[in-house]
Amino acid sequence: MAAPHTAQAKRRRSALRTAAFMSPWLIGFALFFAYPLLSTVYFSFTKYDGFRPPVFNGLHNWTYLFTDYPLFWPAMRNTLWLVVVMVGCRVVFGLGTGLLITKIKTAPGLFRTLFYLPYLAPPVAATLAFVFLLNPGTGPAGVLLEGVGLHSPGWFTDADWSKPALTVLAVWGVGDLMVIFMAALLDVPKEQYEAAELDGAGAWSRFRHITLPNISPIILFAVVTGVIQAMQYYTQPLVAGKVAAGVIGGSGQQFEPGYPDKSTLTLPQVVYNLGFQRFDYGTACAVALVLFALSMAFTALLMRRRGGLIGSGD
Amino acid sequence: MAVTTTATDAATARTARPAPRHGRGPLVHWVAVHSLGVAAALFFVLPFVFLFLTSLMDDRQALTRDLWPHTWQWGNYAEVWHTPGFLTWWRNTLLYAGVGTLLTVVSSVPVAYALAKFRFRGRRLSLLLVIAMMMLPPQVVVIPMYLFWAKQLDLSGTLWPLIIPMAFGDAFSIFLLRQFLLTIPDEYLDAARVDGCGELRTLLRVVLPMARPGIAAVALFQFFYAWNDYFGPQIYASDNPAAWTLSYGLESFKGAHHTNWNLTMAATVLVMAPVIVLFFLAQKAFVEGVTLTGVKG
Repeated sequence: MAAPHTAQAKRRRSALRTAAFMSPWLIGFALFFAYPLLSTVYFSFTKYDGFRPPVFNGLHNWTYLFTDYPLFWPAMRNTLWLVVVMVGCRVVFGLGTGLLITKIKTAPGLFRTLFYLPYLAPPVAATLAFVFLLNPGTGPAGVLLEGVGLHSPGWFTDADWSKPALTVLAVWGVGDLMVIFMAALLDVPKEQYEAAELDGAGAWSRFRHITLPNISPIILFAVVTGVIQAMQYYTQPLVAGKVAAGVIGGSGQQFEPGYPDKSTLTLPQVVYNLGFQRFDYGTACAVALVLFALSMAFTALLMRRRGGLIGSGD
Repeated sequence: MAVTTTATDAATARTARPAPRHGRGPLVHWVAVHSLGVAAALFFVLPFVFLFLTSLMDDRQALTRDLWPHTWQWGNYAEVWHTPGFLTWWRNTLLYAGVGTLLTVVSSVPVAYALAKFRFRGRRLSLLLVIAMMMLPPQVVVIPMYLFWAKQLDLSGTLWPLIIPMAFGDAFSIFLLRQFLLTIPDEYLDAARVDGCGELRTLLRVVLPMARPGIAAVALFQFFYAWNDYFGPQIYASDNPAAWTLSYGLESFKGAHHTNWNLTMAATVLVMAPVIVLFFLAQKAFVEGVTLTGVKG
């Protein structure tokens, strides 16, 4: 009789202990994730401006969002552009610089630090710097481009060039991917290269048949996290748009995001515009759920293709 | 970050191997690789250089195509420093980043420890939910959160809605710490338990000292996050300039000095510099932490 009793007491003690250690996060999960997420779902089916109580209005917010609200589809199109071009460029440059760093033999530490440093630049500061550098007419980048006989485009002031300008900024801060790729490249077994060299394989053939297959999980990781980041892209396009448009002051209540001509609009900016500029909380919550669904879909993809994210011990 | 350091050390060690024998000769290969390296380095460094040079020009020259300052206006930095509000933004940023980081570490370590070392039902589900929270864009839940902080607790116009949640564990920090704690062998914990330590004592006396590099990495990431955060202050503090942080105030600084690129660039340098200095200081701490645990293990 005594033995099962103590076993039960022991189990209860261990459960209590687990609950105690987990408690900060359990409270945080309920208060800052579960509750607001459920509220967001509820608000998305109501007419709500934050002053009068929410009134159920069915699918009205959703049809308004998909048919009449002028900023939603431009934001989706921009996101698609960013996913294809910006993520693509970042992965290619991240792999390129990672590869380069593994080949550099003189002062590799210095090169590595220099390549990594821009990643650390605070986004607002980096964006301001790039709006200045790429400023048409007087920006140093334009002076350099024209020095070698190239025409400098309008960058952040031209709807066709604002996303390429953001891409240049994103490629400048490619240090995070560089480090990930560098570590992956160093993990490729050296014997495979030596064997290929004996077989007379050239540099490209070795890259194509040994390097790429070995690092393909890391490429997938970089692409998927890049897609998630692209969907959440907020500070850089917003600040670039505001600064290039010459908006004065920081309150931002009057600024219609996406300058020039909605070309830098992204989904999080749409949430801000609907919620905090138009006080249409219902539709803002609908966009927030679109953002949520997209983020979670790609997160699930990431975890499915890469069990390593959770790792051993499970 | 700690993992990164070991990887980069391995990089240094391994790049020391001799150049491949075949091809157009080792010298040509060396020149090609290093020219490419210098070109890439210029791309990464020149923006910083132009930024710094412009911050030292006078008002009028900053609006021209000249790249090199005619006169070196070091006073620009003093002028930015004495701009009304700038010191307040510094103080607010340090409060947000400093207190926030402290709270994050204190609240995330026990959770990460439980997820890494306890066996309990719902552990895998908890871990999946942590990852889901980690990937959640802040905009998804911002409307209910704003209503909660601003309408129910009347805390808009302050940074508390951003700081208080950090006392309840940060998903990214929990995840990263958990990955780090997995690398600590269970034998150490078992030894402590055999010595009669409870779980809390085991965590404080045995695990914490060994997890120092992981904690340093998490603290650094969290500090950078708060330093760089723009969306949070925009939502909760935009109406009250006395509560702005550097990252948020910097943009309005540009608005107020829209023809003074030199001053804006000086302010930009002042926002970037602490992060970069901190990185150099902490990078050393990481290397030391990693080697220390290596020696002891």
